[in-house]
Amino acid sequence: MVTTRSIAVKGGDVVLLVGTVKGAFLLRAPATRATWEVGGPYLAGRAVYALTHDSRAGRRRIWASATSMHWGAVLVSTDDWGRTWTEPEEANVKFPAESGLALKQIWQVVPGRAAEPDTLYCGVEPAALFRSTDGGQTWNCVSGLLDHPHRPRWTPGGGGLCLHTIVLDPVKAARMWVGVSTGGVYRTDDGGRAWAARNVGIRAEFLPEKYPEFGQCVHKIVQHPERPATLFLQNHWGLYRSDDAGDSWQDVAHGVPSDFGFPMAIHPREPDTVYVLPLESDTFRCPPGGKLRVYRTRNGGRSWQPLTRGLPQQGAYETVLRDALATDTLDPAGVYFGTRNGKLFASRDGGTSWRLAVEGLPPVVCVRAVVVDRARRQR
Amino acid sequence: MTRVAFLIPAALRPLAEGRSRLHVDVPRGSPSLGEALDALWALYPGIRDRVLTEQGEVRPHVNVFVGTESSRWSGGLATPVPEGAEISILPAVSGG
Repeated sequence: MVTTRSIAVKGGDVVLLVGTVKGAFLLRAPATRATWEVGGPYLAGRAVYALTHDSRAGRRRIWASATSMHWGAVLVSTDDWGRTWTEPEEANVKFPAESGLALKQIWQVVPGRAAEPDTLYCGVEPAALFRSTDGGQTWNCVSGLLDHPHRPRWTPGGGGLCLHTIVLDPVKAARMWVGVSTGGVYRTDDGGRAWAARNVGIRAEFLPEKYPEFGQCVHKIVQHPERPATLFLQNHWGLYRSDDAGDSWQDVAHGVPSDFGFPMAIHPREPDTVYVLPLESDTFRCPPGGKLRVYRTRNGGRSWQPLTRGLPQQGAYETVLRDALATDTLDPAGVYFGTRNGKLFASRDGGTSWRLAVEGLPPVVCVRAVVVDRARRQR
Repeated sequence: MTRVAFLIPAALRPLAEGRSRLHVDVPRGSPSLGEALDALWALYPGIRDRVLTEQGEVRPHVNVFVGTESSRWSGGLATPVPEGAEISILPAVSGG
């Protein structure tokens, strides 16, 4: 019998949602973020690749993807910081029968815009986008992407053929971007009916044609809500920036030891401050020289500086996966990442210095940070 | 009408009123495994999506036995189910 430790969350706390290959954990700290209390394991035995917090319409709801190797993948939720979970009796994310496809894993779940509080999106493997417009009760596959003529020519990356990144335009309600490995970046400007590849300037190192229309292996895309036409992208080789909503991309790998890596995160208030974790190469997916370093740009990619204080600088053969790096919204901002070796590192000064917050977790695949609203009564 | 017994694994018992073993009446004689499972889903619909994919195939890491024989080697969902048979749903030996 698995013993699960609960946490008591108060207004003003920071809660890290940590997904691992063997369940989820919640790490709680007061706003000082000095020490972390660990709750979990939740959903023990299932892989939790996607977590998100939905605070719209008075909710305090965590959504988690829970994938059992045996029994399949579902989206589950908790409104009480993990004490109880709502699990659908019938699987809630399913491909239509006529597609011939069967769900393998849910890679990403994100709330919709504030103005549409009952809309959520999830990205899955095999690569497809699902949308719910009833608060997550029912989900429908977005057919405009499922039926895209490029789709039969997308091919699986190391993690399978997955749609792992969903970015919503906070202003243009009909615009969103998705990242597919390997397919690349696709954008819709009409709410999901039509999708166009948006990969001009992004390299596909593993193809004979280095700059194809599609087929790139994008690893993560981030956007600052105050500047939605600017995107940053960590590619399977390549760091990029776009200032025209993805119509074109410029290489911004200036001063990183490698432009290969998985995760990327953006500062909550500084649209030009972005974080990455470079890896040696696609054949040795560990930090260069065994030095665990976050790289930060504060000028939109013109230069990147290594952040080393408090991080192991020898023998650190850690790997940080695409969703395992996150920022919180406090000032100074917290920055967090989890490793495949089960360590969780935390910074409470925007990345300048770091501490090992927790170790001994199962391999970490997802980290999200939530600052709990002080004003609302906990529900 | 054919009466069969299902053995339910621990992970799925919350979807079957906590029961580890239950009897199901299949509304025809000499049913197939697929028909017997349909009768199980009619009583406990939540079990279906855990055992089958949305394409109606037994999940790759789930084994369904009729008696002591894995249905993978005896005709899949077309496997004949005799009166009084015991059908076991079991997670495969896999994981990490």
